[in-house]
This record gives sequence, C-alpha cells and structure tokens, in this order.
Amino acid sequence: MAMTKDEILKEIQDVLVDALGVDDQEVTPEAKLMADLGAESIDFLDIVFRMEKAFGVKIPREELFPAEALLSSTDFVSGGKLTQKGLDELKKRMPHTDISKFEADPNVNKIGDLFTVDVLVNFVDAKLNS
Amino acid sequence: MRWIWIDKFVEFNSGKNAVAVKNVTMAEEHLHDNFPGFPIMPECLMIEAMAQTAGILVGQARDFKEKVILAKIKKAVFFNYVRPGDTIKLHADIESIAPEAAGTTGKITRDDEIIAEIDLMFSHIDQNLAGKQFPQENFVFTDLFGVVLRSSGIPAPAFGSNR
Repeated sequence: MAMTKDEILKEIQDVLVDALGVDDQEVTPEAKLMADLGAESIDFLDIVFRMEKAFGVKIPREELFPAEALLSSTDFVSGGKLTQKGLDELKKRMPHTDISKFEADPNVNKIGDLFTVDVLVNFVDAKLNS
Repeated sequence: MRWIWIDKFVEFNSGKNAVAVKNVTMAEEHLHDNFPGFPIMPECLMIEAMAQTAGILVGQARDFKEKVILAKIKKAVFFNYVRPGDTIKLHADIESIAPEAAGTTGKITRDDEIIAEIDLMFSHIDQNLAGKQFPQENFVFTDLFGVVLRSSGIPAPAFGSNR
C-alpha cells in the first residue's frame, strides 16, 4: 500500500513514542534517535520490530542500522575514525541517508547522530514506494 | 542457585506461546516482609516470573543454543495484588523473533482476572553486532529450568549445573 511521507512520519512518531517513552512533540524529523530521544542499542531492535508490525514489511536490522557492523572491522575504522573505505561502505549501505556532514569529521562516536527520524521515514518510503 | 518463579508449564507451543503456573505461598519468606501484615507478591518478581516464562519460550525456539537475556521491559502494568494462596498463570506470546533478539507480549491472570500486562524484549547476546564475546557455556539455561520443563512433560536437553 502506497503511503505519503507524512503518513509514514505519523506512524514512525507513534512507534518512537511507544518504544522510547518520549512525547510526540519531541519526535521531529530532525531529531537524533540517540542524542535527542535517548535510544540505546536494544531500543533499535525494539524500533525495528515495531516498524515491521506498523508497516507490514520485513526489516533486517543491519539494513536499517548498518553502522555497528561496520565499526567492528579494522578495514573500515582507524584511529577512532571511519576510513575512506569505511565511508564508501557506509554510503553504499545507507543510501537513504545524507552523510555529507559526517564525512567532514567521521569520528565513530558521532556515527549515532546519523540516525534521525527522517532517516527512518526515508528508509520506509524507499521500502514501500520503490 | 537460581530463584525459579514458575512451578510448571501447562501449555507450550514451540516458537509461539506458553502458559506457566505459579502457586504463591506463605512459605516464601520474602512475603513476610513484603509487607509486614500485608503479604503480596512483589511486582518485580512478577516481571521475573514472566521473564522466565517468556525467556524459556524464546530459548526453546532456538533449541536453547542462544543466551537469552532480558534486555528491556517494554510495558509492565499491574491491576491487582497477588496474595499467598493465589495461583497465577503467566501467558507469554512471541511477537517477533530475529537472529539478534525477540519481543514477547504477556499477561498474568488469576482465574479470569487480568492481574498484569508485561511486554518484554530479550537479546540473543552472542549475536550482538558490537562483536562482544561471552563465555561459551550457556549460563542462562541451567538445569533448574530443565527440571521445570521436564516435570511439565516438555522435553529439554541436559543443561549445565544448577549453580
């Protein structure tokens, strides 16, 4: 079933309000899941399960949140930063995310900032409407 | 030793749902203090009982190969007290299960009354994406859980020690 981005955002807001115990006003498109909404690693799985239920699609966790898998490889991380190879891989795995800001300072501690509400909306939009 | 908060399973559908029974008795010493003159089963132990019911269900779905750890209490709402002499039933359903984790929904009933609604998330901790290593031995499923399963007529493999 085709959904508009606004409809997807509304569903994602409901998912995050339930999964993270936040107010719906906090769940803006720009809000960062970890820094702004307080998500921890297990919450990402909770969010994936809830999104699968809400949208009726199968969502492999590493497809939506591929960053953690990248961080365990020395090919992709060096000196606490993502290497060029790591950045290329990240771009490939997160086509629905604008990583240009992160590219300027690819500190692994900032990788969590890439996951915003908007990224979830774009991901679902691509899944449902492509 | 482990505290086991369920007495037996009365229903067990692999990968789907399970129902366990717990008889609450004044012989449980903690009830003497919780509270003096007003013994009730602590809510946190009802969550633990649900975690054991749902955790065994999730573990059995993967032949007890995964270390199933309670990772998140998604919901815990209590509607009434549980007192000595009560028999409660813990109903657990697997809502989602993936290589790394599982989500369950559950309710606790006494006769037809709903006492609590408890939804949980479990992590299969060897599958964590950070690549953290844990001891090889499955320290989650010890033989006391095996005893509960086998005495309920449900086949269970030989688990590790009771300690």
